[in-house]
Amino acid sequence: MTPHPAPETGPILGKLSLEALPLHEPILVVTFIGVVLGGIAVLGLITKFRLWGYLWTEWFTTVDHKRIGIMYMILGLIMFLRGFADAIMMRIQQAMAFGGSEGYLTPHHYDQVFTAHGVIMIFFVAMPFITGLMNYVVPLQIGARDVSFPFLNNFSFWMTTAGAVLTMISLFVGEYAQTGWLAYPPLSGIAYSPNVGVDYYIWGLQIAGVGTTLSGINLIVTILKLRAPGMGLMKMPVFTWTSLCANILIVASFPILTATLVLLTLDRYVGTNFFTNDLGGSPMMYVNLIWIWGHPEVYILVLPLFGVFSEVTSTFSGKRLFGYTSMVYATICITILSYLVWLHHFFTMGSGASVNSFFGITTMVISIPTGAKLFNWLFTMYRGRIRFELPMMWTVAFMLTFVIGGMTGVLLAVPPADFVLHNSLFLIAHFHNVIIGGVLFGLFAAINYWWPKAFGYKLDVFWGKVSFWCWVVGFWVAFTPLYILGLMGVTRRMRVFDDPSLQIWFVIAGIGALIVAAGIGAMLVQFAVSIWRRKELRDTSGGDPWDGRTLEWATSSPPPDYNFAFTPVIHDLDAWYDMKKRGHQRPVDGYRDIHMPSNTGTGIILSGFCLVMGFALVWHIWWLVALSFAATIVGAIYHTFNYKRDFDIPAATVTAVEEARTRQLAAGA
Amino acid sequence: MSRDPHAAAHAHEGPHEIEMPHASMRDYVIGFVLSVILTAIPFWLVMTMPLSAGATGAIIMGFAVVQIVVHMIFFLHMTPKAEGGWSLTSLIFTVIVVVIMLAGSLWVMHHLNTNMMPMPHEPTSQTVGTTTGQVP
Amino acid sequence: MSAPTMNANAITADAPVQFYDLDEHAHPEGHSTMLGFWIYLMSDCLIFAILFACYAVLGGSYAAGPAPKDLFDLKLIALNTAMLLFSSITYGFAVLQMQQGKVKGVQIWLAVTALFGLAFLGIELYEFHHLIEIGATPQRSAFLSSFFTLVGTHGLHVTFGIIWLVTLMFQLSKHGLIAANKRRVMCLSMFWHFLDVVWIGVFTFVYLMGVLR
Repeated sequence: MTPHPAPETGPILGKLSLEALPLHEPILVVTFIGVVLGGIAVLGLITKFRLWGYLWTEWFTTVDHKRIGIMYMILGLIMFLRGFADAIMMRIQQAMAFGGSEGYLTPHHYDQVFTAHGVIMIFFVAMPFITGLMNYVVPLQIGARDVSFPFLNNFSFWMTTAGAVLTMISLFVGEYAQTGWLAYPPLSGIAYSPNVGVDYYIWGLQIAGVGTTLSGINLIVTILKLRAPGMGLMKMPVFTWTSLCANILIVASFPILTATLVLLTLDRYVGTNFFTNDLGGSPMMYVNLIWIWGHPEVYILVLPLFGVFSEVTSTFSGKRLFGYTSMVYATICITILSYLVWLHHFFTMGSGASVNSFFGITTMVISIPTGAKLFNWLFTMYRGRIRFELPMMWTVAFMLTFVIGGMTGVLLAVPPADFVLHNSLFLIAHFHNVIIGGVLFGLFAAINYWWPKAFGYKLDVFWGKVSFWCWVVGFWVAFTPLYILGLMGVTRRMRVFDDPSLQIWFVIAGIGALIVAAGIGAMLVQFAVSIWRRKELRDTSGGDPWDGRTLEWATSSPPPDYNFAFTPVIHDLDAWYDMKKRGHQRPVDGYRDIHMPSNTGTGIILSGFCLVMGFALVWHIWWLVALSFAATIVGAIYHTFNYKRDFDIPAATVTAVEEARTRQLAAGA
Repeated sequence: MSRDPHAAAHAHEGPHEIEMPHASMRDYVIGFVLSVILTAIPFWLVMTMPLSAGATGAIIMGFAVVQIVVHMIFFLHMTPKAEGGWSLTSLIFTVIVVVIMLAGSLWVMHHLNTNMMPMPHEPTSQTVGTTTGQVP
Repeated sequence: MSAPTMNANAITADAPVQFYDLDEHAHPEGHSTMLGFWIYLMSDCLIFAILFACYAVLGGSYAAGPAPKDLFDLKLIALNTAMLLFSSITYGFAVLQMQQGKVKGVQIWLAVTALFGLAFLGIELYEFHHLIEIGATPQRSAFLSSFFTLVGTHGLHVTFGIIWLVTLMFQLSKHGLIAANKRRVMCLSMFWHFLDVVWIGVFTFVYLMGVLR
């Protein structure tokens, strides 16, 4: 092993010392002060209004899939602001650092910023957003009362949060990885990254990964086991289908990430030689393994949103989805094919012509089912009565944006072209084109679409439109220059530039980022204004503001704890539309006790132990590692001795809730 | 595709009757005897080497596959009907992914090693992929 | 039971259509657990698959160090395999006792299973200790790194299996063969036999093929 100056390790605090605090970085100090002041303000307000008990009993310990879903969305939103702050910092740095200027970020800081941006946006923004969305919507769409394993659901959420918290701690205690978001060795090995940055990366992802995998298992079983009577597989709503496939991908790919990171961990902590340059190790093996996870991950992110677009297009065109069956099979095709393309992420590593052509072709093949989906959406709109509400606007913006991202993707799938374009800003523009255009636009469509279901009032349209136009315009202003720069050969992750002719493009991209920032601001205003004006924006339709077609619109908004007083019986795809058309009558008496899972604090406590363990592992505080590990195991075993995990909602309570709804429906009609 | 009478069937089961595979002494004994045989033969083949290395390798790999199937059927009670077929479906899917991963990694890494890893400092020729390292 | 009224322009002719399940019973508790646990095992299977892939790719990189031929004692591995096989059938006996409703029998066979498991672990630790003593440490070469990690991960699973076994024995003595405990016995059964299946891969692919190489 290459010798390196190992940081001092003490018995009590491990590698941790006062020097770990980044007091020499003014940006971080100011941020830290801001976070502390903001944090104190928030905690103070919670204390002042005596909300701790409410938060604990109603939210932190809840096993209700709806509340857990909402908490996931809040986590995603908070982390999104952090990830976007990183993006703005990069854009400003790159717009400044010309003509001998070093910009304002040191290399050490800049490298952490681009790493954190990627990691946070994928693992702690996109993943919580889609998990939250699936958590909220899927049980409602299949007519279930909750997920199959409600406690596990709570635990998964807190594990994801613990991972996010550990990643955020790295901002103020120590440092984050400077390796890029996938931490390729040998750079991420102990020889070249001797400090704690990569360890924060590893343990943050491992802890969150446990949560992601468990929630994947949970949702698969929910969809397979808890569908309402009559809902055969080919009568499931498309969003449920795409969620099923996304969760299958989660369960079949996150273990790969876990195992690969374990091997990297062993290299760093124990001195094994999996990915080192020495003693037979192969860094290329890491790249190979991480992308076997990495490519399915892309589809994990985008598949649920394909489902959202299908629901939105069909609802706002007032038509049944065109080609439902082909949509389902296209989704299944994508699920399988996503395991056959991973090498296109490292065409240039040198595996040769035969391997490259195989993976180039499979990559191009995957665009066929995706294209089929697009045509299905277009044909659904064709001759429909299209209502351009906000969700539909985001969907149309998605179609236009995503198609261009897809086309540049097919371009990159051609190995010879990839030899020119790999690692360039063209690649950066491509994947932001599909992730922002596909995943984020889809999320915004979903938020606007299902917000009335979750809270009982619609989102403000004016600020929604402001946000929409800022986002769409800002996106193109920010990323078109990157396409151009990439074609000119500018590589990614550069901190300073020599050629002054490039500066104008970076300035334009920076302006684009600022327009996007305005879009984010408008979205926050939209939320605030809508909450403020919730009485005016109240959904008076009794839970079905968009004339929806699937089961989640059959219950009230927000739905009661038990979702449905009587489980619906399904006769047709678009079950709720079918019920409305055939004049179903909502039963108004004969309610029974409803069996529900009880809340538990075990999830948040166990995740707290895991968070402590992660922190101790990062800093080599071995006694604390042992202690928190033991606490986790003992806590888990203790939990298994609790056999009484559910209770009955008495029929009287159900009756009261449902009669209130009856009155509300009568008033609205 | 379960065209789905499951809810009706499930709804009327008592609260304690969840679906569990039924095991029998016969299953376990057959499974045990078969796996003893399927384990003993490969060990014997390798420890005494009556055949060539290549043939032995092929045979013991075949035995391993058979033994895995035996364990699945007699110990894990895998049937096409268990859990409405989802156990088997998920197993098949997993096997597909595992095969893609193993075969793909070997294929990709073999080419990468051949093209990119000369490893001149290694004197032994045992190492796979080191002999073809003459990159022009 | 059925929706009492129908629209005149309803699309189907079949008379009363039922839109709500008015005579509903809750899903029996834990009715999804077995499937969920099986899917968890499938995800665990992929972790092992990665470790196998690593061993397959890196298993020939001895870095001028010892090779499998120099290290593996097949007699010891045969003994170890026997321990695991015995533990499989004894777990089977525990399940059979459970089906006959005999708590004591279940506990006895679980205890026997745990002893076989401990014997397996003891032998494995002895082997590891011996290897490290003669300088074949996980740090020595990529081959040894992947060997120790693959076999060690399996051993770690067995360790957790034994912890679970002991926990379950306590739970059985406290609550007897209630539905929840029966389910747990079956889940652990899957876990235990699954580890057996992985071990088939390990002894064939790592030890036997390693010696052949």
